[in-house]
Amino acid sequence: MGKIIEIRDLRVEAKTDSGRVVEIIKGVDLSVADGEIVALIGESGSGKTTIALTLLGHTRPGCAITGGEVVVAGRDTVTMSEAQKRALRGTEVAYVPQSAAAAFNPSKTIMDQVVEVAKIHHLMPLPEARKKAVELFKALALPEPETIGQRYPHQVSGGQLQRLSAAMALIGDPKVMVFDEPTTALDVTTQIEVLRAFKSVMRERGMAGIYVSHDLAVVAQIADRIVVLKGGEVQEVGTAETIINQPTHSYTKALIEAFHPKGRDPDARPESAEPQPILKVSGLTAGYGAVGSDGLPKFVILKDIDLELERGRSLGVIGESGSGKSTLARVIAGLLPAAKGSVAMDGVSLGQRTKDRSKEELRKLQIVFQLADTALNPNKPVGAIVARPLAFYHGMGGREREAEVDRLLDMVRLPKALRHRLPSELSGGQKQRINFARALAARPELILCDEITSALDTVVAAAILELLDELQRELGLTYMFISHDLSTVEAVCDRVAVMYRGEKVEEMPTSRMQSGAEHPYSKLLIASVPKLDTGWLDGLHQNPAISEGMNRA
Amino acid sequence: MTITNPGRKGRFGWHMNAVGIIGAAIILFWMVVAIAAPWISPYPVGKIVDFDYYGPMSSQFWLGTDYLGRDMLSRVLMGARYTVGISLAAVTLACFVGVTLGMIAAVIGGWFDPVLSRFLDALNSIPSLMFGLVVVASVGSSMTVLVLTIAVLYAPGSYRFARALAVNVNAMDFVTVARARGEGTIYTIREEIFPNIIGPVLADFGLRFVFIVLLLSGLSFLGLGVQPPNADWGALVRENIGSLSFGAPAVIVPSIAIASLTISVNMLIDNLPRRIRDRSD
Repeated sequence: MGKIIEIRDLRVEAKTDSGRVVEIIKGVDLSVADGEIVALIGESGSGKTTIALTLLGHTRPGCAITGGEVVVAGRDTVTMSEAQKRALRGTEVAYVPQSAAAAFNPSKTIMDQVVEVAKIHHLMPLPEARKKAVELFKALALPEPETIGQRYPHQVSGGQLQRLSAAMALIGDPKVMVFDEPTTALDVTTQIEVLRAFKSVMRERGMAGIYVSHDLAVVAQIADRIVVLKGGEVQEVGTAETIINQPTHSYTKALIEAFHPKGRDPDARPESAEPQPILKVSGLTAGYGAVGSDGLPKFVILKDIDLELERGRSLGVIGESGSGKSTLARVIAGLLPAAKGSVAMDGVSLGQRTKDRSKEELRKLQIVFQLADTALNPNKPVGAIVARPLAFYHGMGGREREAEVDRLLDMVRLPKALRHRLPSELSGGQKQRINFARALAARPELILCDEITSALDTVVAAAILELLDELQRELGLTYMFISHDLSTVEAVCDRVAVMYRGEKVEEMPTSRMQSGAEHPYSKLLIASVPKLDTGWLDGLHQNPAISEGMNRA
Repeated sequence: MTITNPGRKGRFGWHMNAVGIIGAAIILFWMVVAIAAPWISPYPVGKIVDFDYYGPMSSQFWLGTDYLGRDMLSRVLMGARYTVGISLAAVTLACFVGVTLGMIAAVIGGWFDPVLSRFLDALNSIPSLMFGLVVVASVGSSMTVLVLTIAVLYAPGSYRFARALAVNVNAMDFVTVARARGEGTIYTIREEIFPNIIGPVLADFGLRFVFIVLLLSGLSFLGLGVQPPNADWGALVRENIGSLSFGAPAVIVPSIAIASLTISVNMLIDNLPRRIRDRSD
C-alpha cells in the first residue's frame, strides 16, 4: 500500500517573545498509508496541531520548519513556494478546524462558503459545485440537504456546523483530510452524530486523514493508528487496538488511567447519623431579559428546580450546553436574581443578589469558574489574588496573611515561589489550582464548581479531581459540580442531577448512573459518553438508549 | 504554546526603549522650561526690545524677534507655561473624570449607565469652540476657566472610550468572582478593571493631549485663550503667521515647539514599559 503522507525527521522551531528560540517539534517521523486515518494525541503543547498544520505547508506565526521533510502525495510541502502551497491547500489537503463557529463568516450563506474552495481553485462551474455540496450534505447526514445551504451559520446547530465545515473541506476532493479537534467543543450527544458522519464519509471515499485530539476515547472510534505525542516527540505508535489495550509507554498509560476514574466509594465517607442539608433550592425559576406581566423573564432558562445538597457530599449537575447548568450556579451565587423560588443555606433563605446577602453568607458559598484564564486577573500576581479573600472576609493583613497564602498554595500542591508570578506565567492546571485556592481562602462550606476541568488536558484534569476529593475529606467541603463530562462527575460526586432544557429531569446516586437512569434523556446522555473501545461507535446503533433518545430529540 | 522563561524580568519589567526615553526627555525638558520660565527668559515677555520686526536669529535675540520686535525666546519660554500647563492640567482632569465615570457606568450598569451616557453624549454634541466662546464670554478668560472648560469638553470622549473598554473587562469571570465575593464598586473598578484598561487609556490620554493643545491654539486665535501680552504657542504661531514669507524664525520656532511636545507625548505613550502598556496581554 502506498504512503500518502511521509513525514521524516520534522523539526519546527518557535521564537518566543523574548527572542529565545525553542524547538517545539524535535524530529518527528510519521507516515500515513492510503485510506488510513492516523490520530495524533497528546496534551496541549505537545505539538500535535503544529505537525498537522505542516501538512498544509503552514506554521503558526513565529514558528518555522527548520528541518526534515513533509511529503504529501509525493511532494514536499517544506520546499514548496507560496503559490504551490496555495494550490495544494483545499485540493490535495483540506483542514477542518476545532471551532466551526469561528471558521464560518456569519454574514454569508453556508452554501457560498462551502463552494468557495471550488471557486478559488477553479475546480468546476458553480452550479456543479452547488450540486456536489448538496451531495456532501447528504453524505454527512445533514437535515434538509437541499436547502440547508441557504441558511446562515447562526441558523444551524454546532454539530451541524462542524459537519458543514467538513463539507467545505471535502468539496475540493482532497486526498488528505486534517481534523483539528473537531468535536472537542461539542456536547457528547452531538459528538456521536459528527463522528459517525466523518467516519462514514472517510470510509466511503477511502481518504487518508490526520485526526488531532486529546481525547483518547474519541480517537479510538475513528482512527486506524494512534500516534502519542509529548513535548514534540513521538512517544508511542500503534494500532488503535494496541494503544488502548496494551500501552507500553508510561505517558500513554497515564492517559488511559486518567480515563478510568477511580469511582466513588460512598461507604468511605464519615457517615453522620442524619444527612444535613446545607443548601436547599426550591421551585427555582430564572432567566434573562425583561420581566413580563406574568412575573417571568422573557427567556426562561430554569424551570422550577428543586435541589438539596448534603453537607460534606458532592452533587453533580450534568446536561448539554444550554440546559441551564451554569445559570443555576449563577442564581445560587446571587449573580442573577431568580424570578420565583428560593435558595436557602443552613435553613436560612439567601438574598436574591449578592448585595442582599451578609458577608458571612457570601463567605460560606464560593464559586469557581471554568476558564482559569479569564477567572484570574491577568495583572495581579498569584499571591495578591489568593490574599484578597483573606483580607476581605477575615480582615487578615501583614505576616499572618502571607503565611496563610503559603498554606493555601501548599494545600493546592503548588510551590510557594509561585506567588510572585502573574497568571499568564502559569500552566492551565496551575491556574485552575490558584482559582481553587482563592475559593478556599474564604474558608467556604460550599463550592460551586462550574466545569472546572473542561478546559484541561485529561491527565491534568484527573490530578485536579483527585485534589478536590482530598480537600473534601480534609475540610468537609460540599461541592456542586457542574459538568458536561460524565466521567468527571462520576469521579467526584455522590449524587448526580440531570438537567435538560432548564428542567431537572432526574436525580440519582452516581453508582446507579450506568444502570439505573430512567428518563430517556439521561439514558441517552449516559450512553453517549465515548468508551475506550474501538468498536463502541459502530456498536451504538444496537443501543436502545441512543436510538430512542435520538428519535426523541 | 507558551514557553515560560525564568529570566523574563528584564523583558517584562520596567525597561523602556530609546524612543520612549527620548520622548520622556523632551517632555521633561518642556516641563522644566514651563516651571523655570520667569527666571531663564532674557527679556520681559511683553517688552518691545528691537526696532526691527521679524528679526533674524542673532547673539542678542537667539530666536529672533516677533511682529512687534519682542524677543521670541522669552515668548516661547513663557508660552510653555500656558501650553504645557493648561493642556496637561486639562487632559489629566478630563481623563480622570471620564475614565472614572466610564468604569463606574460599566460596573453598575442598570439605569445609571444609559442616563449618564446620554447626558455626556449631549454634552459632546456641543461644538467645542462655541462652548468655549460662550463660557469665556460670560465668565471671562483665566487659566482656571480655560482648564475647566477644556476638561468639560474632553471628558465625554474619554468617558465613552473607557466605558467601552471597561464593559469588555467587566464581562470577564474574574470580575464576576469579585462580585460574587461581595466586593464594592470602588474596589472592583480600582483593582479589577483599571489595571486591565490602562494601556489603551494612556494611548487615548496622549491623543487627547494633542487635541487639547490644538484647541487651546484655536481659542487663542479667536482671542479667547491666553490674553495678550502673554501668549501660548498656538497664539505665537497665529500672531506671527505673516513672517512666513520672510522666512523669519518667529513663526517656525513655536511651531517646532508644538510639534516636539505633541510628538514626544505620543512617543512616550507608545513606548511605555511593557509592564504598563501591555498589561492586558
